[in-house]
Amino acid sequence: MSPEELVPVLWEATAETAQMVLWSTLLTAVFGLPIGVLLVTTGRGGLTPLPALNAVLGAVVNIGRSLPFIVLMVAILPFTRLITGTTIGTVAAIVPLTLGAVPFYARLVESAVRGVSREVVEAAQAMGARRVTVVLKVLLPETLPALVAGLTVTVVALIGYSAMAGAIGGGGLGDLAIRYGYQRFDTTVMVITVVLLIVIVQLVQSLGDLLARRLSHR
Amino acid sequence: MYDTGVVALDGVDLDVREGEIFGVLGQSGAGKSTLLRCVNLLERPTSGTVTVDGQDLTVLGDAELRRARRRIGMIHQHFALLSSRTVAANVAFPLEVAKVPRAERRARVAELLELVGLDGKAKSYPAQLSGGQKQRVGIARALAARPKVLLSDEATSALDPGTTQSILALLRRLNAELGLTILLITHEMHVIKSICDSAAIMREGRVLESGRVHDLIARPGSQLTRELFPLPEPAPPGSLTVTFPAGQAEEPVLSGLVRKFGVDVNILGGSLEELRGVSVGRLRIRMEGEDTAAALAYLRGRGLLVEEETP
Repeated sequence: MSPEELVPVLWEATAETAQMVLWSTLLTAVFGLPIGVLLVTTGRGGLTPLPALNAVLGAVVNIGRSLPFIVLMVAILPFTRLITGTTIGTVAAIVPLTLGAVPFYARLVESAVRGVSREVVEAAQAMGARRVTVVLKVLLPETLPALVAGLTVTVVALIGYSAMAGAIGGGGLGDLAIRYGYQRFDTTVMVITVVLLIVIVQLVQSLGDLLARRLSHR
Repeated sequence: MYDTGVVALDGVDLDVREGEIFGVLGQSGAGKSTLLRCVNLLERPTSGTVTVDGQDLTVLGDAELRRARRRIGMIHQHFALLSSRTVAANVAFPLEVAKVPRAERRARVAELLELVGLDGKAKSYPAQLSGGQKQRVGIARALAARPKVLLSDEATSALDPGTTQSILALLRRLNAELGLTILLITHEMHVIKSICDSAAIMREGRVLESGRVHDLIARPGSQLTRELFPLPEPAPPGSLTVTFPAGQAEEPVLSGLVRKFGVDVNILGGSLEELRGVSVGRLRIRMEGEDTAAALAYLRGRGLLVEEETP
């Protein structure tokens, strides 16, 4: 490809990757956060022990975690169609991306929330705090740096998944590398996309680290 | 009782009087932490009642219990501060929970930080403070909602000896100035020694003895006395163990004994302690001579507690 052709193609692919990753990150945070918190609070010795709900939640999260992303993506095609009306394209790719990342992030949230000492939680309860207050004013603020760090890891994973989503017409940089770089033997495109992906991941990670450090007062 | 079926507390009956500092002494695993957490129902006893300030907490509903807990402050071994909040915001936390308006919160926080000697640290984060300063924040926070009772869960156990003394002095001062009733648990005898009016000794979920410290010392066979004044146990046959209760330790009793009854007194061991400014001691002696019976009566007549070890 000539540079004149390459630039708009690269630009479009980057925008598609950004769109897929940003939306699925947002949705992952929205669903993953409460699930992760519930995994802790409904567990043994939690704020509201609900063993049945905890077991079901844990099992569902494990199922989500045990499917390779490419299998998950294909397996839930009917669900994707139900939600977005299509199984092809960038928007359709957001559904499997979110579904793949939610269990992953929920586990990260779970382990972060578990890191809050029992003594701190009890201190809040001893002050007469309601359980919802303990979650909103103790558990979440205390784990915020870890939640941000976890989300950073999730974004990086989503960038990787989004390359696979290209296989069902999601577009993006991964798709570009496969179609031009691999299938058409265009080494230039391959090298450029690889470098671009590396740069994006580095940027995301550095930004996440910086933010987590800024938020931490430990 | 935990759901594992382990009995952590069994038949515990404690009465903490208003305005006193009551210390529960015990090794780890004795059940004292469970006992303390029963007072604000962080741990709910399977049977029995918990009455704080005339109110039985075990019959309260959720909302009422939360309100009652605001009247009971608590400090913790590892301080339990929120690392994400500044010192001022930590102290303000119980006030937020109690929905106190912002302006009022701010004024109260300034007042509390001055009370515990931390003015100027309002904007620091807990991670920037020393252990002693962190516990001062913990104390300020516990007092924010003006509780009548303060529960202290090994509050000085993570501190070095000097810092421990300054925190104990602060607790003593708050007790005197605010009329604050303090129930503390500890595994350190010197905490009981330096600030407690009353004490209980716990072992394996039971209270061995409890009462005013000076009353306990005057009681024969007291475990507290034995731990306070360690002497080789068991006492050798024929020896006498004499406990000098409050004020008596300064009297020249032994020389009087020798002069009046012509007995020989051999000192085997002894120790003297200052309990909240009053000297108290325990002495082990062997007495030989003509009139030991009269000498013994003389000692007892002076208000000393004499325990004889039969030869």
